[in-house]
Amino acid sequence: MYCPKQETRKGLLVVLPLSAVLFVFVYGFILWSLKVSFSAWDGILPNMNFIGLENYRRLFSSQRFVTDLFNTLYFTLFFMVVCIVGGFFLSYLLYSRLRAEALFRTIYLFPLSLSFVVTGVLWRWVLSPEVGVNALFHMLGFKASFGWFTSTQSFGKFNYALISLIIAASWQYLGYTMAMFLAGLRGIPDQIIESAELDGAGEFRIIRSILLPMLKPITFSAMIVLGHISLKIFDLAYAMTGKGPAFVTDFPGLFMFETTFRGNHYAEGAAISIIMLLLIALVIIPYLYSTFRGEET
Amino acid sequence: MRSRTSVVVKYFLAILCALLFLFPLYVLLNTSLKPFSEVRISEMWIPAQHISSEGFVESFSKLRGNLLNSFLLVIPVSFFSILFGSLNGYVFSKWKFRFSNLIFALIIFGMFIPYQSILIPLVQSLNKMGLYGHLKGLIITHIIYGLPISTLMFRNYYAKLPDELLEAGMLDGLGIWGVFRRIIGPISAPATVVVLIWQFTSVWNDFLFAVVITQKPSIQPITVALQNLAGSQVIEWNVQMAGALIAAIPTLLVYIFLGKYFIRGLLAGSVKG
Repeated sequence: MYCPKQETRKGLLVVLPLSAVLFVFVYGFILWSLKVSFSAWDGILPNMNFIGLENYRRLFSSQRFVTDLFNTLYFTLFFMVVCIVGGFFLSYLLYSRLRAEALFRTIYLFPLSLSFVVTGVLWRWVLSPEVGVNALFHMLGFKASFGWFTSTQSFGKFNYALISLIIAASWQYLGYTMAMFLAGLRGIPDQIIESAELDGAGEFRIIRSILLPMLKPITFSAMIVLGHISLKIFDLAYAMTGKGPAFVTDFPGLFMFETTFRGNHYAEGAAISIIMLLLIALVIIPYLYSTFRGEET
Repeated sequence: MRSRTSVVVKYFLAILCALLFLFPLYVLLNTSLKPFSEVRISEMWIPAQHISSEGFVESFSKLRGNLLNSFLLVIPVSFFSILFGSLNGYVFSKWKFRFSNLIFALIIFGMFIPYQSILIPLVQSLNKMGLYGHLKGLIITHIIYGLPISTLMFRNYYAKLPDELLEAGMLDGLGIWGVFRRIIGPISAPATVVVLIWQFTSVWNDFLFAVVITQKPSIQPITVALQNLAGSQVIEWNVQMAGALIAAIPTLLVYIFLGKYFIRGLLAGSVKG
């Protein structure tokens, strides 16, 4: 559009200071954390001795951090699968224009407005081994003795205690993928589906050959959003389970918080946070690149 | 595609799922309405025999101050997020300058970083500025880290407005800020509501910044206070559940009454240009 130079310059007077502040608080601070992670700083004495990758080396040889990484991996995987499969399922139910659709939508989505702390406190009560659903099964006459988040059993590196967190997190975020898929489904022109019906395609055929392929970009976006939430997970675990026995429900975010602010090992905490950042950057940077590349002129 | 049996099956499944979703809410309400004497481990699922306000009275007396803190936090953060987000979003959407896309992408990346990676320098800096441990420090933190998402939401909204609208203003002799004040500002209401709701809920629900920056119980927002209430050793489940409900009510109300905008914000949060 028509845009005289001196006017654009006036715009910079607002954008540049705001961007500068943000850049200091994001990129400046990340570099600062990086520097701390290379030091032996304990947060109190001004001992910023450079010790190179020592903190990182120590982390990767610690039982706790390795467990954390596996927990993150499995939590992310199951959280994503449940939210995407379940979210599509719910959106498809609503797509069929059920009566009271608005009510169903409201019910599926309401957990999303809650804080992870609320969700955590609530599900800790619902899934507590003696009180929760176990007691419900007892009432119904079944023997149930699953320890939920106190379970120390595992299958390979997958700790069963994670199931509790996956349930709680999925309860909160299923509605999110449902909303995304529903928006996507409603964007598909009716004619495409009608003509497929005229050609004799059944419901499953339409889902498989039309709906699912057209939802691919949305599925991808949902994976990114869910992935970056689960890679950072902190509040839910903090409120619901803590790190659990033998770190069965520990995550890097929790480890970082405890190490830094409860244990005063600032340098080690910084190293954990840098690893978390790298994990997320691996997912987000390609995504942002593909989103904004198309807009370059 | 819409045969009768399949419709019946779909209703059945939709209702079943709705019950599963509401089930924890039943537990929350049921437990919070029980008197302490009725909160027995084996009877968590049984409906309250005597409705009691005990849990609510006690948790409210403990959380009242923190509830107020959360409002004192959310109001200024929302105001400045809207102000800065709309100014920023406007310039980024309509006034291309050198590196504007690069700068914008770098700003958006700030939305995704794990805040742990800036936490240590943040604490150090707030400490130096004398803001650590104060609500003011938490307010400034949320305004700054809310900038990416509020800029993105306003930018996406402004990008859809036709350029002719601005050009007409320019021809009338309005400058970049004249156009913003007279033309863009008055039609910004839809985006403003979305940003307001988004920032209100995410700042209200935040825990990480709050637990790190506010140490004194008297200045902690509701999420931290709730966690402390629940973390204590005495198992007064009715009080805890009532506390959780109190902490959840403001955002639940926002969601119930402004759900349309809430969903719009949600979808915008997944970076759709």
